[in-house]
Amino acid sequence: MSETHSSSRQIILDRLKGCVVDAPELPTIDPARVIQFEDRLQQFQDTLASVGGEAHLVNTPSEIREKLQTIEVFQSARRIASTVPDAVTPTVDLATIDDPHALSTLDWTIVRGEFGVAENGAIWIDGKTLPHRVMIFIAQYLAIVISRSDLLNNMHEAYARIGTPDPGFGVFVSGPSKTADIEQSLVLGAHGCRKLQVFLLP
Amino acid sequence: MTSTLPIVDHPSAAREFVTNEPRSHWHDDSLWFVRSKRDKQAQSIPEWEYLREQASTIKNHTIAKLPEYLQQFEANATRLGAVVHWAADAEEHNRIVLDLLRRNDTLRIVKSKSMLTEECGLNEYLIDNGIEVVDTDLGERIVQLRGETPSHIVLPAIHIKKEEVGDTFHKYLGTRAGESDPQVLTEAARGHLRGKFLSGEVGITGVNFAIADTGGLVVCTNEGNADLGVSLPRIHIACMGIEKLVPRFQDLSVFTRLLARSATGQPITSYTSHFHGPRDENSELHIVLVDNGRSKIRDSKTFRESLNCIRCGACMNTCPVYRRSGGHSYRATVPGPIGSVLGPAKNAKAHKSLPFACSLCGSCTDVCPVKIPLHHQLLAWRKVLVGKRLVAWNKRMAMKAASFLFCNPTLFAAAGYLGRVSLKVLPKSLTHNPFNTWAKDRDLPEPPKESFHEWYAKNRPSGSETISKEERS
Ligand code: SF4
Repeated sequence: MSETHSSSRQIILDRLKGCVVDAPELPTIDPARVIQFEDRLQQFQDTLASVGGEAHLVNTPSEIREKLQTIEVFQSARRIASTVPDAVTPTVDLATIDDPHALSTLDWTIVRGEFGVAENGAIWIDGKTLPHRVMIFIAQYLAIVISRSDLLNNMHEAYARIGTPDPGFGVFVSGPSKTADIEQSLVLGAHGCRKLQVFLLP
Repeated sequence: MTSTLPIVDHPSAAREFVTNEPRSHWHDDSLWFVRSKRDKQAQSIPEWEYLREQASTIKNHTIAKLPEYLQQFEANATRLGAVVHWAADAEEHNRIVLDLLRRNDTLRIVKSKSMLTEECGLNEYLIDNGIEVVDTDLGERIVQLRGETPSHIVLPAIHIKKEEVGDTFHKYLGTRAGESDPQVLTEAARGHLRGKFLSGEVGITGVNFAIADTGGLVVCTNEGNADLGVSLPRIHIACMGIEKLVPRFQDLSVFTRLLARSATGQPITSYTSHFHGPRDENSELHIVLVDNGRSKIRDSKTFRESLNCIRCGACMNTCPVYRRSGGHSYRATVPGPIGSVLGPAKNAKAHKSLPFACSLCGSCTDVCPVKIPLHHQLLAWRKVLVGKRLVAWNKRMAMKAASFLFCNPTLFAAAGYLGRVSLKVLPKSLTHNPFNTWAKDRDLPEPPKESFHEWYAKNRPSGSETISKEERS
């Protein structure tokens, strides 16, 4: 870029190199010292509930559809994006959309999660599975489908499972969008989804 | 530039807040509530202390090897297609951002929370240059609409009551007059900000963690505002202090476990987003690395560890001075214990009163997830400031007098006697005169009948000069 840019780079690095500091060795986490749960499924469901999400145990994709159809705001939903077509048929064809702004009126988004984390109710969503990143943030309601066999104990296992991240995007989602910025009263649905449904397949 | 900063006198800056007693108590209670939630979360993790130690070591290691990790990060981020910019100070940071906006003919930006851009005064700078800046974090939007600054690094609007938010929203967003229900107000903000998100041409975010070995960044929010802000427009500008690095992707496990639990007592933030490179080939990701005094702090053995801060705000929530005096009384971007360490590092003269806005209770040090010895650093600052003769003469004189007194046993005994007698005989009108500010809202203690020396002389076991072991236990 500009000259000031490169010179500032040099100035900052020179300043830092000018002071040599002894570094302690980088530690590695001892897996035996971090939390494990006897019943990861129960723990995951409890934690998810505590962060405002709702977990549903289902056995087949069609059960997901049945469960969703009991939810009023799903019945009335018109614009639905889904990357899990065997559970929910999308009404919005994501492949034809170039500009993410066109998704601003999404009512529901249904996507797959890679795995869940029992200690904090978080679900890892790999950006590669999303035709448009914004779809999970802009929809009024979000549903994530994961497998019960993909529940990990803690974040150490989670990052180990991701391994080396591919270029792109990935996000841990834990509960719906929320805020407590007005007098510490918790309100769900600040900017992103108002509610989060998590479906746990076998 | 910084040498012209006005000198902050914390006691007088806090006066208005603390003299409004109900408000001060309300503020105190709100933060204690957050602190209690933090305790519950911390106690639910048996390895909490182990995690804190790991986090502290990882950070100490990173800061020590910062030049290496910065270059590694730059190389990896560039390989992923991001553009890395370096800014020596706030001014350069602002210029870089404005340049990027100008080159893309940008008029409107949406911004998620970033203490760094607050520190650099980016908002005012961009607004002065004709750019519309919308803070999208609800708390930040509230203070922005009110023409204020955040009073807390995680809870920017913690000092504002819901009725006041109602008034602000009535004025700017057209909500019903007198509306104060947080649910309704949040809904109004949601609608208002949706429009802003959709018209934002560039998204600016802060950075919670940057990863040297992958070149990626992590941004944590509860509202999802950072993600909405950057997944619509083509350009994402991420602004970060150079201390935000962690060496390895795996290190994030430690920090994501500590951050939200310490900050708001949640097990993790609702959204923990990992960006590795721009969205697609038509998009741009710019990362601005800012020094702005950090390398200077790194030079100091005493204060180096303050660069470990992950900006969780726990030290504020627990600080008895912060809780009662409010964040604005620090007149600094980062208030509270960590702010009182960082402030004087930036400008000792302007922030000289901050290390004294502290009772040295040590609670901040106990909660800090990266184990910064905050209260030791505050004490160390006091020494530095006394050395620089930046402490008011009356404080200096009082210290000298006290030290003289403590060095003279006879004088000390006499002063004690005098004190006990005066406490007994002096009328309240005299002890609570307007010049004695200490006695405001405080009563003097009941004078003891005798000094400890006298008591001990009477009560010590006959024949023994020293207390035996049994009696001591
Ligand atoms: S100093 Fe420690 S407790 Fe305070 S904000 Fe930084 S990380 Fe949190």
